[in-house]
Amino acid sequence: MNTLEFSVVVCAVSAVAGFLGSLTGLGGGVVITPVLTLMLGVDLRYAIGATLVSVIATSSGAAAAYVREGFSNIRVGMFLEIATTIGAVVGAAVATRTPASMLAIIFGAILLYSAWESLRQKHDEPQGASCDPLAEKLRLNSTFPSPEGFKSYRVCRVKTGFGLMFGAGMLSGLLGIGSGAVKVLAMDRAMRIPFKVSTTTSNFMIGVTAAASAGVYLNRGYIAPGLAMPVMLGVVAGSMLGARHLMGARVRALRILFGCVVAALAIEMIYSGITGKI
Amino acid sequence: MQNDPGHDRKVETFIGVLLRWGVIISAVVVLGSGIWYLAVNGAAPRDYRHFHPEAQDLRSVRGVVAGAAKLNCPYVIQLGLLLLIATPVARVIFTVFAFMEERDWMYVGITLLVLAILLFSLAGGASVF
Repeated sequence: MNTLEFSVVVCAVSAVAGFLGSLTGLGGGVVITPVLTLMLGVDLRYAIGATLVSVIATSSGAAAAYVREGFSNIRVGMFLEIATTIGAVVGAAVATRTPASMLAIIFGAILLYSAWESLRQKHDEPQGASCDPLAEKLRLNSTFPSPEGFKSYRVCRVKTGFGLMFGAGMLSGLLGIGSGAVKVLAMDRAMRIPFKVSTTTSNFMIGVTAAASAGVYLNRGYIAPGLAMPVMLGVVAGSMLGARHLMGARVRALRILFGCVVAALAIEMIYSGITGKI
Repeated sequence: MQNDPGHDRKVETFIGVLLRWGVIISAVVVLGSGIWYLAVNGAAPRDYRHFHPEAQDLRSVRGVVAGAAKLNCPYVIQLGLLLLIATPVARVIFTVFAFMEERDWMYVGITLLVLAILLFSLAGGASVF
């Protein structure tokens, strides 16, 4: 393959990934890195660098659509961002000292988890009576609109959420992904934030976290313009199309299909890591 | 002081539109320079099988800007990618102003801390690790 053919293939794959990723809420990044490494033989470090850039494109590009859909909690987002950005810088710094095969195995495990998480039915966890006094001090409690008017919610287990977010940031920096699944885990399960709020807040946080890792990747020479170019253009085109179909689309079947593809890629990623092919 | 979701929503809508424009502008820069890059280098073999860190100048904000000013093609692509990386940074900067307007100094501080971490990373501060 010459450079032109290679770029066209990468762009097409990224467009499909971006489209399905935004339609299913899994994000395109999770499939691009395995496809680049397993099928096109790209070094994992280049793949991670290129994917990370596209994660920012998806997050920033979808921000306007997310505002229409629900309410993000800027205070929760910004407070937790302290943990994710520090985590991202640490993760990206650790990534440069971690063997590629090890990264592939971790990547596969997170991919499996994301696939499982995307198939789970979303429902709000019951709220405790008082929740965390720290949330009061940090003014994290807020309201969101529902058919029955504004509903208020309280934020629980702030410290646990903060700690999990450090982990989410670290994974994001380590693997060049948005790690939205871990962010939702922290906000839905630990902090008991209604999922309408946590999904939009997570989108907001993904871009900022990825930007923190991107700085480290840039300085280490992981961001190859010739490769990041087709990935980014494909993902932007695909996710814009996907976001247009988002409203009202029945995506359950598609989500299951995409979840299975992601799971298969995850297993192959782990296998390649263990056998040392990556 | 109460959180005002109506105000937050207005700010978020504005920031959302701003970010979309950031993505569009950076995509246009990357697309234009990408076509140019492929017109020049399209027939050459290039594979990413083996990792060689990119040239030193492509690895810092200053180097990229200097290269792009000389219309050096890969540098212009990289500049487009940097514009994209800058969109979440812009989001954080606007959030500082939004909290200032609300006179929520605790969150002005928190947001400035996040901004500092981002700038530390982009300036290459993490290379010390």
